[in-house]
Amino acid sequence: MKIAVTAKGEGLSAEVDERFGRAACFVLYDTETKMVRTIDNGQSVNAAQGAGIQAAETIARQGAECLITGHCGPKAFRTLSSAGIRVYNGAAGTVAQAIAALEQGSLAKASAADVDSHW
Amino acid sequence: MTVAVASGKGGTGKTTVAVSLALSREEPALLLDCDVEEPNANLFLSPAIEDTLPVEMLVPEVDAARCTGCGACSRACRFHAIVSLGTEPLVFPELCHACGGCVLACPAGAIREVPLCIGVVERGRAGPLAFAQGRLDVGHAMAVPVIRALRSAVPPHGFTIIDAPPGTSCPVIASVHGADAVLLVTEPTPFGLNDLALAVGMVRALGLPFGVLINRSDIGDNAVRDYCAHEMIPLLMEIPEDRRVADAYSRGIPAIEAVPDLLPRFHELADRLSGLRAGRGAGVAG
Repeated sequence: MKIAVTAKGEGLSAEVDERFGRAACFVLYDTETKMVRTIDNGQSVNAAQGAGIQAAETIARQGAECLITGHCGPKAFRTLSSAGIRVYNGAAGTVAQAIAALEQGSLAKASAADVDSHW
Repeated sequence: MTVAVASGKGGTGKTTVAVSLALSREEPALLLDCDVEEPNANLFLSPAIEDTLPVEMLVPEVDAARCTGCGACSRACRFHAIVSLGTEPLVFPELCHACGGCVLACPAGAIREVPLCIGVVERGRAGPLAFAQGRLDVGHAMAVPVIRALRSAVPPHGFTIIDAPPGTSCPVIASVHGADAVLLVTEPTPFGLNDLALAVGMVRALGLPFGVLINRSDIGDNAVRDYCAHEMIPLLMEIPEDRRVADAYSRGIPAIEAVPDLLPRFHELADRLSGLRAGRGAGVAG
């Protein structure tokens, strides 16, 4: 399974970025191969509008099946849902800690956006 | 003669100036409030609205039966208003700029455009002054179609004054476009100067004759005057800080009614604006 985690920097030791659409980076982690890859989200960070939608497109194209982040707004949630990506909110600490929390089942799967647009 | 009253910074007195300039005219005059996100000239004029026109924009609608999920629409849209991730596209009308690009890009002919009502144009009169304003509905973000609808529904008539929104973005450009002269209202503060310089860049790029009005001219510092002198920008009027103007503003009374001494000064302002227009192409715009 490919997991995307919003992060303030590169790799597993980076701090989780609680924003989704305007997160600095996405750290992609493949639970089978243990491969880690960081992709820059600068394009969405600087978007005037639609950052969440663009970020959702980005991680969908990378084949992510699951997203770990702090919060997720309505347009992003709708786009992620249409791509079949499961959303886990409320993550904190490092990317590695967030992935461990997901694997231990301590993150709850979101069924709707937990914040308004542009929170 | 069409004068657009604009500013980089908000809250410098655009509406105060636009309303007073409109009320100072003896010939037929028209005020267009193009600040469609928050039109407020009506608070000072209490116009009688005679008709209301809906403003629609065209947004995509996808026929699921014909869509192949190829994603061409999604790649064509710079605004992420239509998104396909190998599935039937999601449409976000609030982000759509109504360019029709997705319709052209769709190889399956699965997208058609449908009207979405985003606001209104209201036309009326405030005594001898013709008045019109646009109002963007709450929850919509696209001011430009409302401004364009307002300007095409109400062509210039006599001395026409356009009250533009603040800033230098698309709604401002849609408001000042085609004006004979632009009056940039600022305040003599570092914030006023910073945003004035941005607005000057905008009107220069548009090639429009323009001049500056310094409101509350006896506060702050001299940097705006120095900037105008250095850039050879005509300083058309200064309005000193006056408690009577602020007091009247708080009660919806135009400055020119509260301080009748301003009337001849607004006549001079109109003459200077006409002069800018006459000097067009002769380097007056800097």
